[in-house]
Amino acid sequence: MEAKTDLPPVPRSATLAEKPIDIPWKTNLRRLFRQRSAVIGMIILGFVVTVAILAPVLTVYDPTDSLIGQPGHENIQRRAKPCIHLLGCPEDQPQHLMGLDGNSRDVFSRILYGARVSLRVGLIVVGISVTIGTFLGSVAGYVGGWTDNIIMRLMDLILAFPSLLLAIAITFVLGSGLFNAMLAISIVSIPGYARVVRSTVLAARNLDYVEAAHSLGASHWRILFRQILPNAITPLIVQATLGIGVAIIDAAALSFLGLGAQEPTPEWGTMLGRERNQIFSAPHLVLFPGFAIAITVLAFNLLGDGLRDVLDPRLSRSEQSK
Amino acid sequence: MEPMIQFAVRRIFSAIPVLFAVIFVTFVLARIIPGDPCKSILGEKATQQVCEKFTRDFGLDKPIPVQFGIYMGRILQGDLGNSIRFGRPITLMLAERLPLTTELGLSAMILAIIVGIPAGIISALRRNSAVDVTTMVGANVGVSMPIFFLGLLLIYFFAVILKDTPFSLPPSGRLSPGVSSRPFFEVFDWGITRDSPNYTFYRYIASHYMFNSLITRDFVTLWDAIKHMILPATALSTIPLSIIARMTRSSMLEVLDKEYVRTAYAKGLQDRTVIMRHAFRSALLPVVTITGLQLGGVLGGAVLTETIFGLSGVGLSLFEAITSRDFPVIQGFTLIITVIYVFFNLVVDLSYAYLDPRIRLD
Repeated sequence: MEAKTDLPPVPRSATLAEKPIDIPWKTNLRRLFRQRSAVIGMIILGFVVTVAILAPVLTVYDPTDSLIGQPGHENIQRRAKPCIHLLGCPEDQPQHLMGLDGNSRDVFSRILYGARVSLRVGLIVVGISVTIGTFLGSVAGYVGGWTDNIIMRLMDLILAFPSLLLAIAITFVLGSGLFNAMLAISIVSIPGYARVVRSTVLAARNLDYVEAAHSLGASHWRILFRQILPNAITPLIVQATLGIGVAIIDAAALSFLGLGAQEPTPEWGTMLGRERNQIFSAPHLVLFPGFAIAITVLAFNLLGDGLRDVLDPRLSRSEQSK
Repeated sequence: MEPMIQFAVRRIFSAIPVLFAVIFVTFVLARIIPGDPCKSILGEKATQQVCEKFTRDFGLDKPIPVQFGIYMGRILQGDLGNSIRFGRPITLMLAERLPLTTELGLSAMILAIIVGIPAGIISALRRNSAVDVTTMVGANVGVSMPIFFLGLLLIYFFAVILKDTPFSLPPSGRLSPGVSSRPFFEVFDWGITRDSPNYTFYRYIASHYMFNSLITRDFVTLWDAIKHMILPATALSTIPLSIIARMTRSSMLEVLDKEYVRTAYAKGLQDRTVIMRHAFRSALLPVVTITGLQLGGVLGGAVLTETIFGLSGVGLSLFEAITSRDFPVIQGFTLIITVIYVFFNLVVDLSYAYLDPRIRLD
């Protein structure tokens, strides 16, 4: 104790100044990078995105063209097994890392380009449903009364159907195709986002700072967008990340059933659906697209879970208490 | 019990408008399909004459609200129309095919619960142990695995790789060739024929092969039916299983920290008693909620599972009806599946009102 008194007294203000200012998103990002599952998710996702971007560099074959009759492919067989020179496939045969499909197309190319399709599907579906869901949820929460009632009962109605089934029915009515499938999946996922936004808006609507903005003469739209909706960003980010995974899986399911992407689009679900009866004779046609879907969805799920653990204040409080 | 009954009545009444709305949606489905409703319902080959009769019978020449009334009236009388492809009443098709889906869905849910809950509890008790990490990694992979891919993987493993071993399992169908499930009303000689008034109902009950072979003590058929159910039920159960396991774990973790659990340990109670009586009981509510929420996924997943395993339940029938544009079947089956879903949601709501008295007071 006495030794310490010899030291020059530390000015209070200096200790305060040295303490780094707590910037929420920076702290959150740091915490996110400390989450094992989130990091694994980000690594896988980085890999999938890279593959999608570099697809034309990584493969020489066109994902939609049959290789029959092309130079070097005179003796190819439909649904040929993977041929990798390093693993003992004869050098005189053309190399196909994942074999050929029923139309003699290079499966590897289709898997790579399929990453583009699936990522786009995930982002577009979530984009549409977050936009519409946010709009409906914020109007319902902010306006209240009958508007709220009508919007939310409509949301309940969508939720009254098993979601994949409703998506199937909507795609049936709109007609098969990847775009319609995406639209259908967007529609069935709107209520989730609308509910999240509505509950945030309801919670924030009567807070003092909102009242203050109101009495300063801010317009309703300004209050909604500048004062209230930023509160909804955190839960929306978590839900949207997990939603991308769900959208990819559901779109693949619709395509698997023949309602989504049509030939020759290199879509993983379509690839699986078209060749599913080959599981006995040419399993590579099922295994590669299947794992591609599973890995991509896993990445979004891991990242989404990580984000939730970091961003959900309820959870982080219970972490702190331990 | 008074508030419980009040809650139940209120909740049951609130399901009625939902049912009406669902019927309305399936009605609208038929109206927004582009083209002539007669052609889209009876098929392109329908003649002028047939179409006129159809238009009159279904009241398509009347105003829309009247049409809805007619549609509603038919449904309330239990008439869902006839399949275009098979020319058979949809109610009879349902009687034959719904039981498969019921057995499949129930098996999957039971599997998910009896594996998921213990896995979640053990994970929570041994937090961060190898068991916990394995379970949670498994759960993450489980929710990311598309049912249609997992189903094909299971077929590949159990019917291709393990073929000719004692562990091989049949990749498709409900029963092996040569094995059949004799309806209980024939076994017991109840004298029920196709013309009997309640034939559809008896047929429905007897089409639950597992149940039927159990009550007729036909254990060969029972075992065969179970063997055929293992792979599809496993494929269908992974997602709910993973979600239930995760929810049980996090719910248990939260509860295990509570003071009353510490008190229970401090009193010297056995671990088992503390875990089951004190901790698990209060951790159960979110688990019930999440289990209920899985039903929609299971019903939707049944379409995929039945398609892969060649099981002609409502899921596969619906899929086939879609590919062949058998419109009344699409309408009728969508309606029935949704009604089942609404019903089970009701049951789940009531069960947590029962488990958590606070809910009843809201």
